[in-house]
Amino acid sequence: MTSSSSPSAERLRPIGATLVAWLLLVAGVLVSIAVGGGEIGWSETLRSLGSRVGLPVEPLSALADSVVWQLRAPRALLAAVAGAGLATSGAILQAVTRNALAEPYLLGISSGASTGAVLVMVAGLGAGAVSLAAGALVGGLVAFGLVLVLLGRHASNTGRLVLTGVVVGQLFTAMTSLVLLGWGDADAARGLTYWLTGSLAAARWPAVALCVGVTSIALVAARLIASDLDAFAFGAVASASLGVPVAAVRSVALIATAAVTAVVVSAVGAIGFVGLIVPHAVRALVGPQHRRLLPASAFGGAVFLLLADLVGRIVLAPRELPVGVITALIGVPAFLIILRRKERS
Amino acid sequence: MTLSLRGEHLMYSVRGRPLPILDDIEFTAVPGQVTALLGPNGSGKSTLLHILAGVASPTSGQVRLGDRPLQDVPRRERARHLAMMEQASDTDTDLAVADVVALGRLPHRARLDLESPRDVAACTRGLSSVGMTGTEHRRWQTLSGGERQRVHAARALAQEPSVLLLDEPTNHLDIRHQHQLLSLLNQLAGDGLTVVVVLHDLSLAAQYCDRAMVLDSGRVHAAGEIADVLTPTALRQVFGVDAQITRADGRLAVQILGVTAPQPTALPALRDSSPASHAAHR
Repeated sequence: MTSSSSPSAERLRPIGATLVAWLLLVAGVLVSIAVGGGEIGWSETLRSLGSRVGLPVEPLSALADSVVWQLRAPRALLAAVAGAGLATSGAILQAVTRNALAEPYLLGISSGASTGAVLVMVAGLGAGAVSLAAGALVGGLVAFGLVLVLLGRHASNTGRLVLTGVVVGQLFTAMTSLVLLGWGDADAARGLTYWLTGSLAAARWPAVALCVGVTSIALVAARLIASDLDAFAFGAVASASLGVPVAAVRSVALIATAAVTAVVVSAVGAIGFVGLIVPHAVRALVGPQHRRLLPASAFGGAVFLLLADLVGRIVLAPRELPVGVITALIGVPAFLIILRRKERS
Repeated sequence: MTLSLRGEHLMYSVRGRPLPILDDIEFTAVPGQVTALLGPNGSGKSTLLHILAGVASPTSGQVRLGDRPLQDVPRRERARHLAMMEQASDTDTDLAVADVVALGRLPHRARLDLESPRDVAACTRGLSSVGMTGTEHRRWQTLSGGERQRVHAARALAQEPSVLLLDEPTNHLDIRHQHQLLSLLNQLAGDGLTVVVVLHDLSLAAQYCDRAMVLDSGRVHAAGEIADVLTPTALRQVFGVDAQITRADGRLAVQILGVTAPQPTALPALRDSSPASHAAHR
């Protein structure tokens, strides 16, 4: 509002920041495609990309080209969009619950979504991107509903919210195991790690398209309620007195986060902590106003998950660690730091 | 614009409580005057304030803003006419002071608009009214309780309301800022605002308010000019204190002398079981 810089600089700064964010994101996607084992490196990636856009470069062999376009590219894009969606969902949930530790995984939503997707798969209702996502949405909403019912009026009580979320998450994790091991075929059972920990290894284009579509819509919706979410900091009554349509904003926020979490989980499994780590790191850079925090979280989440996936592929190569392992290894200390800071204040 | 605020036959009850929290309240606040809502804890003051602000609905009865029923005024328009300052609530937020005050401009702005010069001017005026100019960049968590109260007041002023409702705005304020805030309310009323303020401090109410309503267990005990409402009898009956009320320079001053001795009829259990309390009455 009353910054010391000139008005034009005030207007230019977000444009510059957006440009930098897009550049980082594109660079992250390219690195993710070009790095990470095998015979595909930078020159192959660039040649493949070049020949696709019609540049006069020697095309790759059909096999190498399909590695780039059917495995690496969807994986990189899925990492980016899943990271963006989970990070934004975390930032929104933190505002709505007024709780700094809220995020889809810790609230049990991701585990519920896993159970829903697995049920759809095992019941033979189809294993396409859309049917899995629909199952995940129902599962995620059931889990979140259960958490809210168990919490009653204590949603802003940090300890209680997280404990309830973790317990409900455990319940749905057990149910996912039960469904897969009890009724799934051998293939499905091998997918257990994937559903419970989250992995990008199975990324395919239809899932990427669905995630990009749903996450984009959710980001637009989130932008529309951004300033209302600022008002939520002081509670429902204060927000209502400012003319904020509290119930409607809450509904938009919860539907957007549930939908994003559902499509992401149905595509990559229950990756945890992205919604916790990224918004908190990003707040230090752009401040707590949601007008800036939400888009910044989206970019930050995309880059973060691209990097986490890259680390998971490189660090024990040729073995591959699921991306959810990396996010948890970073997320747990981040959780403890945030908790301690909260308790001190 | 000047607007009066009127509550007609307001009832408010919650399931599981035998007695209504508000029982047939008739309330009027007019432009140019500061109206105090007084009463002991649990008498229904804050509930009444929430209903008058339109953030809670009465079980029956209605609130009128000017000549319109409040429920017919669209939400954002209502927030342009009517600002409320709540009792301070806990929050984790680390918004800057400027961002908090700017929340007061939400009802004046379209959803995706950036702040206009008029928004900025209103926020600057709000902050300077409460003596917080120069704190724009400070983070919420670095503010003291009193500073937070004043920023909330600045936010309410940035709404540029016709009606200002405040719930115990002097909590956490030191004595100087208490008087500063109440004389600000006086001055705002002088500019044509309708001001309603819940106060615990009867001396402040006597000194700065024009009218008052005293609530007791959800009912109106008295309402009218402050001098007619704040009487030794009322203070004894409602608040259980003995007081001396004097008038100097046209303003009232309340001096609390002490707690009213328990009436034998008010405390039958004590009278029956404790000879000591008997002795105390004699």
